[in-house]
Amino acid sequence: MSKPKIATTSLAGCFGCHMSLLDIDERILKLIELVDFDKSPIDDIKEFTGRCAIGLIEGGCANEDNVHVLQEFRKHCDILVAVGDCAIMGDIPAMRNNIPLKECLEEAYLNGPSIHNPEKVMPNDKELPLCLDRVYPCHEVVKIDYSLPGCPPGADTIWQALVALLNNKPLELPYELIKYD
Amino acid sequence: MSEQITFTIDGVEIKDKAGQTIMQAADEAGIYIPRLCRHPDLPPRGSCRVCTVFVNGKPQAACTQPIAEGMTVENDTPELKESRRNIIDMLFIEGNHFCMFCEKSGNCELQALAYRLGILSPKYPYFFPKKDVDSTHPDIFLDLNRCILCGRCVEASRDVDHKGVFEFVGRGIEKKIAVNAEADLKDTDFAATDKAADVCPVGAINKKRTAFSTPIGKRLYDTKPIGSEIEERKK
Ligand code: SF4
Ligand code: SF4
Ligand code: FES
Repeated sequence: MSKPKIATTSLAGCFGCHMSLLDIDERILKLIELVDFDKSPIDDIKEFTGRCAIGLIEGGCANEDNVHVLQEFRKHCDILVAVGDCAIMGDIPAMRNNIPLKECLEEAYLNGPSIHNPEKVMPNDKELPLCLDRVYPCHEVVKIDYSLPGCPPGADTIWQALVALLNNKPLELPYELIKYD
Repeated sequence: MSEQITFTIDGVEIKDKAGQTIMQAADEAGIYIPRLCRHPDLPPRGSCRVCTVFVNGKPQAACTQPIAEGMTVENDTPELKESRRNIIDMLFIEGNHFCMFCEKSGNCELQALAYRLGILSPKYPYFFPKKDVDSTHPDIFLDLNRCILCGRCVEASRDVDHKGVFEFVGRGIEKKIAVNAEADLKDTDFAATDKAADVCPVGAINKKRTAFSTPIGKRLYDTKPIGSEIEERKK
């Protein structure tokens, strides 16, 4: 029987949750026995090659590309897991959520104290994905099946969750593994 | 001698003297009833409703309801767990709770209740409201992003410190804590030694230059759920 596939992505995140996944240490060898990685920065596969059992999402949706990738994940994965506080609630990127986008961009590119931009150019290359009006937690964009909180969630949290989900067991984290920081 | 009262919580028989609240009697018996606005040094307010229990089938706040002979109290039921979870969920989405950089994280009663209830994420959409931060005072800063409107600071400042630094203003979703001054916290006679500086259950009232002094793993709720100190009293 072929192994189930896992896909992972980092949307508006810092890759800290992926680092935490790598932090499972030698258990990564066991993980490779249990699953194949599909689309993921871990193996640098850019496009889905088939149906995946589990998709791990780091980061919320800050731009239109994030939304597109998240929708692709929903389409291709049986179970979607929001990994980390950014995926769950937007987190640090979402600190802009009560400031109008125009003000954020002006502060970042025109008015900030360390800005040197005499031409007053705002980035608008068509290759750049458009910023959304605010940062959206993943569950406000697609259906999310499970959430693993933490900034980042610890390696043990991610490991226990993966093992439970791959064995069709309910995801029940012990008290010490539920952390929001 | 005061009158003895016998009643049950989740089927366990409890004896205590008349005049005690359900919560006081439960605490003494080593039964934890989840709570948020209640502070042991302040009179109960009954405002958060996290401590709601069923008394003879009717919902009552355990922190204010006195015990009565023969009453049946239900506390640890799936239904009450669900309603407590809903209250906690709503408190999270109504504010801006960025636990990862909050000074109170690990020692926060709201966060600890969410951990105890096993909440992995709130089930409602986040409001991302715009809230004020007042850092004008030399020793204390006030971050309303994290205020859960429990009222502890209002009571402590008025009744213990006799200063009345804090007051509620506005109604409904607009309700917020305001400081009793023309402008900012620095214009009040608030002091870091005030009782009101010590009672906030969350990271809304913070003493400057004290943050992150306890390492992760050693904070109040890192390894033991909130309420376990009460449950340990059970013989
Ligand atoms: S006040 Fe508590 S729940 Fe809110 S951000 Fe701070 S630690 Fe988290
Ligand atoms: S500032 Fe703290 S103590 Fe005062 S109402 Fe808000 S949460 Fe309660
Ligand atoms: S603790 Fe009883 S209502 Fe808040």
